[in-house]
Amino acid sequence: MTYQNPPTTPRKSATFDDYTLSEIRRAAQTGIYDIRGGGAKRRVPHFDDLLFLGASISRYPLEGYREKCSTAVTLGTRFAKKPIELKIPITIAGMSFGALSAGAKEALGRGATIAGTSTTTGDGGMTPEERGQSKTLVYQYLPSRYGMNPDDLRKADAIEIVVGQGAKPGGGGMLLGQKISDRVAEMRNLPKGIDQRSACRHPDWTGPDDLEIKIQELREITDWEKPIYLKIGGTRPYYDVALAVKAGADVIVLDGMQGGTAATQEVFIENVGLPTLACIRPAVQALQDLGMHRKVQLIVSGGLRNGADVAKALALGADAVSIGIAALVALGDNDPAYEQEYQALGTTAGAYDDWHEGKDPAGITTQDPELMARFDPIKGGRRLANYLKVMTLEVQTIARACGHNHIHNLEPEDLCALTLEAAAMARVPLAGTTWVPGQGNGSL
Amino acid sequence: MRTIDLAKTALRDLNQDLHRQSAGTNEARWEVINPMGSHAVAVGVDAPITIDIRGSVGYYCAGMNKQAIVTVHGSAGPGVAENMMSGEVRITGDASQYAGATGRGGLLVIEGNAASRCGVSMKGIDIVVKGSIGHMSAFMAQSGHLVVLGDAGDALGDSIYEAKLYVRGTVKSLGADCIEKDMRAEHHDELAGLLAKAGISGVQTSEFKRYGSSRKLYTFNIDNADAY
Repeated sequence: MTYQNPPTTPRKSATFDDYTLSEIRRAAQTGIYDIRGGGAKRRVPHFDDLLFLGASISRYPLEGYREKCSTAVTLGTRFAKKPIELKIPITIAGMSFGALSAGAKEALGRGATIAGTSTTTGDGGMTPEERGQSKTLVYQYLPSRYGMNPDDLRKADAIEIVVGQGAKPGGGGMLLGQKISDRVAEMRNLPKGIDQRSACRHPDWTGPDDLEIKIQELREITDWEKPIYLKIGGTRPYYDVALAVKAGADVIVLDGMQGGTAATQEVFIENVGLPTLACIRPAVQALQDLGMHRKVQLIVSGGLRNGADVAKALALGADAVSIGIAALVALGDNDPAYEQEYQALGTTAGAYDDWHEGKDPAGITTQDPELMARFDPIKGGRRLANYLKVMTLEVQTIARACGHNHIHNLEPEDLCALTLEAAAMARVPLAGTTWVPGQGNGSL
Repeated sequence: MRTIDLAKTALRDLNQDLHRQSAGTNEARWEVINPMGSHAVAVGVDAPITIDIRGSVGYYCAGMNKQAIVTVHGSAGPGVAENMMSGEVRITGDASQYAGATGRGGLLVIEGNAASRCGVSMKGIDIVVKGSIGHMSAFMAQSGHLVVLGDAGDALGDSIYEAKLYVRGTVKSLGADCIEKDMRAEHHDELAGLLAKAGISGVQTSEFKRYGSSRKLYTFNIDNADAY
């Protein structure tokens, strides 16, 4: 009689999981790193790890559908003659014409305008479609200066100097040749069809002292009318925010690692920068230490998806938020309606991120005329407006439940955390305790 | 002629006055005295006027200039004529770093020397430097012309696109993808035109060498990784 070992279930490594193995094989096959769009996909501490406590005996709630809960936000009150007035605290992040089709840019403008908020240009200049459909348009001032000109600067309602972004703080970008149509090439002063490098640092200033002078120049050119935003990636938020205040910013846009990009290296997206949740409190602390909280407004971006996320960001001290990936999804990006085509591209709806290749079945992240024709900017704008409306209603619902008649009255004391990591990052107590990690022992 | 004394007038008032000018203005000649190294002097002007600045200026003088003819009778700090669209900016002294950065049109003449990164990311501007230029000049230069009568520092034209560089003196080193190119008849004609436009005489185009892109790095290729 022979003895047989009992069979064991085949066991895959947690370290060398299927995705990791596939990436090793892909690298071995191609000899080049993976490029993709979007933000960090790995699990990091996020707004899901926070909960609102709601009203109780010690807190008095407001009546839903009856009592007013204001959502209006004013941005740029520090120096600008003409601050930005928004009806809702959710803005549309900068995304370039080039990375996105002209129709998609137009739709972002339409949706934002219906909802009473702002949209933002991107690396590639201002298109007439976007300006024409955007009641409030923020003009990005980027290291590449593609399309930069004083006429568009004056047409803008605000100027956003981009120092970095959450998906790739410290990195530039590359718009691959296949997306460089005649129009994109002309706007960027480069030949059609070649890869276009977006610089990682500005060409004519270095460091915070120079930045202060650069901001002064932009104010002088625009007669001190426009609010000057400063966008930074989440790296050293306390110090960067302090330096932004010192340099004279009216508004600071702080983008965590879940914030999207049109294209960069996967290794960069997943391994450089801080989660959005980890950025907010140090940034707010810097503003408070300088006596500038609510005077220099803070816009937080990077992975915001719904009204709960917005409410949590506001409760932690942000004045407003910004959305990018979520706005594209609202327009129709990664829609399961195109599942067959996503599969033909080797992916699936919800996972498609090769935006740089210009083959987007939804016609949003492409310059291909046939694909672009699939996208209706008017319908897209309505979808975005609907989504923004829902998010705003959700924020109001939570704010009322916490007893606040303005969304800016949300505060850290409204929150608790489900995990130690989130409690430490958000500086709110672990649920069911008074313990804030790093801030004493607390007690039940 | 309007004379503005920056010792008595706020910079903001000067720039706003200049912004009020347009084609056909009766105030076509301006003089700025006592600039005392101020930043952002005469920025964002968009009118066919002449502006003479008597003295040296700080950062970003004549930034984003359109149409105006601006002369700095002195030296200029960093970023002079940055993102200029059209018109002419002339510096009788030296210019600091980033001169003509990202400029999209017009003519920038520097009668002295220019420091590092002259013409960085230039996008159509013509720059003529009578003296020498510092390192990393014409970095990622997209289009336009950079003419240097003196020498060029290290890494000239690094990652250059379609800009054309003419250097009369020595080039310490060329940056990635920048090579010396033949001076054909059309290049002699083009250079002669640029020198004439800048008001420079007494030099021969045959004294210059031409530099531009080898276009090997235009499309990302992993085999070129060592070049970066």
